[in-house]
Amino acid sequence: MPQKTLLKISNIDTFYGGIQALWDVSLEVKSKEIVALIGANGSGKSTLLDVISGLISPAKGSIEFEGKSITKLNPYQVVGRGISHVPEGRRVFPELSVLDNLILGSYNRTARSRKEQNLTIVYELFPILEERRNQLAKTLSGGEQQMLALGRGLMSNPKLMLLDEMSLGLAPIVINNVYKALRKIRERGITILLVEQNVRRSLDEADRAYIMEAGRVVLSGDVADLRKEKEVKKAYFGV
Amino acid sequence: MASEFLADITTPLIMGILLGGLYALIALGLSLVFGVMKLINVAHGDLVLFSSYFAYAALTMAGIDPILSLVIGIPLLFVMGFAIQKYLLSRAFAISMEAPLIIAFGISLIFQNFQQIVWSPMSRGLTTSYALASFGTGNVRVPFAYLLDFIAALVVMLLLREFLSRTYLGKAINAASQDRRAAQLMGINTGRVYAFAFAISMVTAALAGVFLGLTFPFTPQSGVSFLIIAFGVVIIGGLGSMLGTFIGGMVLGLAQTLGGYFFGAAAQMLCAYSIVIIVLAVRPQGIFGR
Repeated sequence: MPQKTLLKISNIDTFYGGIQALWDVSLEVKSKEIVALIGANGSGKSTLLDVISGLISPAKGSIEFEGKSITKLNPYQVVGRGISHVPEGRRVFPELSVLDNLILGSYNRTARSRKEQNLTIVYELFPILEERRNQLAKTLSGGEQQMLALGRGLMSNPKLMLLDEMSLGLAPIVINNVYKALRKIRERGITILLVEQNVRRSLDEADRAYIMEAGRVVLSGDVADLRKEKEVKKAYFGV
Repeated sequence: MASEFLADITTPLIMGILLGGLYALIALGLSLVFGVMKLINVAHGDLVLFSSYFAYAALTMAGIDPILSLVIGIPLLFVMGFAIQKYLLSRAFAISMEAPLIIAFGISLIFQNFQQIVWSPMSRGLTTSYALASFGTGNVRVPFAYLLDFIAALVVMLLLREFLSRTYLGKAINAASQDRRAAQLMGINTGRVYAFAFAISMVTAALAGVFLGLTFPFTPQSGVSFLIIAFGVVIIGGLGSMLGTFIGGMVLGLAQTLGGYFFGAAAQMLCAYSIVIIVLAVRPQGIFGR
């Protein structure tokens, strides 16, 4: 069954303080997919996510979401279209309560009317957040903060989630929980673009993957095929 | 002896606390803008004075009571604040962190000179019957205007706190002050939120200007002196904390009146600023600062 393209990035160039960070990057995410974006530190993965969510505007190229251009939109407008970016390092609001963090996730107009339903969904996914709803976010553990960041991202009622380095700095057992949550998010029909340094783990979850090096996409394809590629094996699996 | 001392010290104690209310009222807006956009708005004092002169114009030209003139003064300063942030400061923020500070200096000079040209350097005051009244018993007499200052500061501080913690916009202002990038990713239009924060800070300036004028005579240069006092208040209380700013006002007010009581009038401000220096040395983030 051919799925329809949700996100289409074409020939993006981006500069970061005078230095070119992305070179002619193209990428596609189809509806209901999990796509992994992998590569070494500084290869441009997070920059690409920033470009999608409008934090950085590209020098060249275009981004389409559901067939409409979002290339020139501001971050708050991109959120309104249904893209939720969960940033690296979680970036919860430390001095606000867990509940206020979640409520701010549904700041955009479309999501605001669905706040109560979405809150129920988030609490079902992460019961710990309901338990701790009145605590300040800074008092949560790293794993709980990641749950909060994911929950806050879900509150914007997204069709596509951009997840940046979810497992960074977390204990293995916590990482398992985060990935369990990822599967549940997928079951809700939400498409996911995943940036990870934990290559094994992300390839286990993803349908397709793009591999980046020095600001370029060097390889892409179905995960099953990519695993067979010699270079990938050597670079990421040490065989 | 002891009872005499008690009666003597009651006046500076009450005066200090009430005067602290006026200081807090002036400082609340400064503290809010710093907390949200990390901008030290050096024009704050002159914008407070703009409100004093606006009320003066309403009083002398149309006979409108200064407090009643706030019906126009508050929306006027709200719109001015929104416009200053949206059309001047936000562009400066895009350049560097220093640029908005320079813009604020510019705004300060423009307002100071504007007020000088229109009103001359002469001292003015919002003279009303209730501002001149006083209350108390025996030796303890307190000007009624001081009590009004305190009540206004308390009400504004509590309303600001409620607004910041309960409303969607207030929470967004809070969020943007803690992590601007994350706030953007939550769908918050941070440019608009900043404009609202600045506009709200100007509403507090409108109130501060009127109550300042009811309490003290003012000249176009007064903005600078009150800006320095407001600095002291936020340093003591902790920048960005509304309750801290309120308490900071009391501490500075008390330091001033008690300093005057024990060491003479000339030592008033010396005592007040010594407290600021002590706080900076012992607890640089302020009493309520994070």
